[in-house]
Amino acid sequence: MLFNTGEILETVKMIKQENFDIRTITLGINLRDCAHPDIEVLKENIYEKVTSTAENLVDTANKIEAKFGMPIVNKRISVTPISIVANACEETDYSSIAQTLDKAAKEVGVDFIGGFSALIHKGYTSGERNLLQSIPKALATTDRVCSSVNVASTKAGINMDAVLEMGQIIKETAEATAEDDGLGAAKLVTFCNVPEDNPFMAGAFHGTGEPEAVLNIGVSGPGVVKRALEEMPESSSFNELSDKIKRTAFKITRMGELVGDTASDMMDIPFGIVDLSLAPTPAVGDSVANILEEMGLESCGTHGTTAALALLNDAVKKGGSMASSSVGGLSGAFIPVSEDQGMIEATEVGSLSLEKLEAMTSVCSVGLDMIAVPGNTSAETLSAIISDEMAIGMINKKTTAVRIIPAPGKKVGEEVEFGGLLGTAPIMEVSDFSSDQFVNRGGRIPAPIQALTN
Amino acid sequence: MTEEQEQGKERAVVTVLGSDKVGIVSEVSNLLAKHNANIADISQTLLEDLFTMIMLVELDNLDTDFETLNQELEEKGQELEVKIMLQHEEVFRYMHRI
Repeated sequence: MLFNTGEILETVKMIKQENFDIRTITLGINLRDCAHPDIEVLKENIYEKVTSTAENLVDTANKIEAKFGMPIVNKRISVTPISIVANACEETDYSSIAQTLDKAAKEVGVDFIGGFSALIHKGYTSGERNLLQSIPKALATTDRVCSSVNVASTKAGINMDAVLEMGQIIKETAEATAEDDGLGAAKLVTFCNVPEDNPFMAGAFHGTGEPEAVLNIGVSGPGVVKRALEEMPESSSFNELSDKIKRTAFKITRMGELVGDTASDMMDIPFGIVDLSLAPTPAVGDSVANILEEMGLESCGTHGTTAALALLNDAVKKGGSMASSSVGGLSGAFIPVSEDQGMIEATEVGSLSLEKLEAMTSVCSVGLDMIAVPGNTSAETLSAIISDEMAIGMINKKTTAVRIIPAPGKKVGEEVEFGGLLGTAPIMEVSDFSSDQFVNRGGRIPAPIQALTN
Repeated sequence: MTEEQEQGKERAVVTVLGSDKVGIVSEVSNLLAKHNANIADISQTLLEDLFTMIMLVELDNLDTDFETLNQELEEKGQELEVKIMLQHEEVFRYMHRI
């Protein structure tokens, strides 16, 4: 036989027992040709373009799922930042465009549609100002729309006016969705160095350097990596751990490549990238925290966690880049608290704090992700948390992000339940000391020097 | 699927996992034969008390589509109280061959 029994069973076990799946197949669609001064015409154009381009997306994904015996958990759409698409509109409230996107997403049967977005790391256009003001209403009146705002980059510095405003918008969004524990804020992410081809939500949008339409794939597989490490003797060295993770990441990424290639052929839409991220789910055994613990940490968040995560993240990238010639997106280990059972447990036993998470984000993909904080956290404190995270991304030339939920009426010790892949978030403690004067200064934190790197 | 059929290379792997009992091989191969799927290779092992049968089948002349065959194999698995999976061979080629 072409393949030996061991190889075939390994693949079958990865899928059946270790929660391996394709996390998302995300179709990026250019909407710039939909622009029109009349918002009603714009919305019609958007609806038509999205529903026609994505008509076969879900059906194609289901066919691939059957052909390869590999679950494809989410089917998603990302679109050109609406701040660009709607800039020509006379209307300044863009929330009804979000409702159109929501309707289109439901029509074609995708789980999420991302791109209610703005890139304002250096400053605002009128369209971007309108979009930001529309975010709370947009997220409160839709189910599947995701929003993202890039407020910083290594080349431009940190737009602190935007950081200040994002604190207020996050707060308003959470309050506008108070009956769902602030769910709206779970669909809103603030970025530094945002990638334009990321297939993962809530940060996906179709960047201006992208083609007319493109298919991007996100893989999953923390469970597979953990199981691979479990099989190794406790005495294994770090070199051996790294090697094992690389091999595993290779296999996982190959599946992403296969699905991307196949979907691209079937839909006649170019294949963009595979995002190498290890994306956890709330399912038991599908946790990034558990991988770190498997390396010998009693509980995620204890001393040594940052080093363990650095090793994991780098090995995943090395193995993944070997497996695909089109790697992109966020590509690293995700550490969303509410979506990772191990992170939730570590928070509950007190080993994982916001401060440690912040340190971890300096060596892994993304940033402070799906973190719930007390409802009475001030907008200024949220802005200050964002500014810290943006600084880490800017200085380290990497993507960082903040997706934080000030859960209305909740206090430390309680938790919020978002359901599905968004999971359950224990409320984490924030500093009681004020940052008000700092975040209210206004202006930009200048772009960092690229030499003297100490 | 048509393009691959033209190349005459459409193959898939059937994996059967569960406890051993009389007639598994014949039931599965009958179902495959019924749909004109040729068994190119077959192997059986006991792995940690688990009965494992792996078949490499050729689907060039399949009289139904991949999804339907998959569905019928799954139902057959439920009837025989074993897990049956049908996966295109590309999965294994991509994962295990450089």
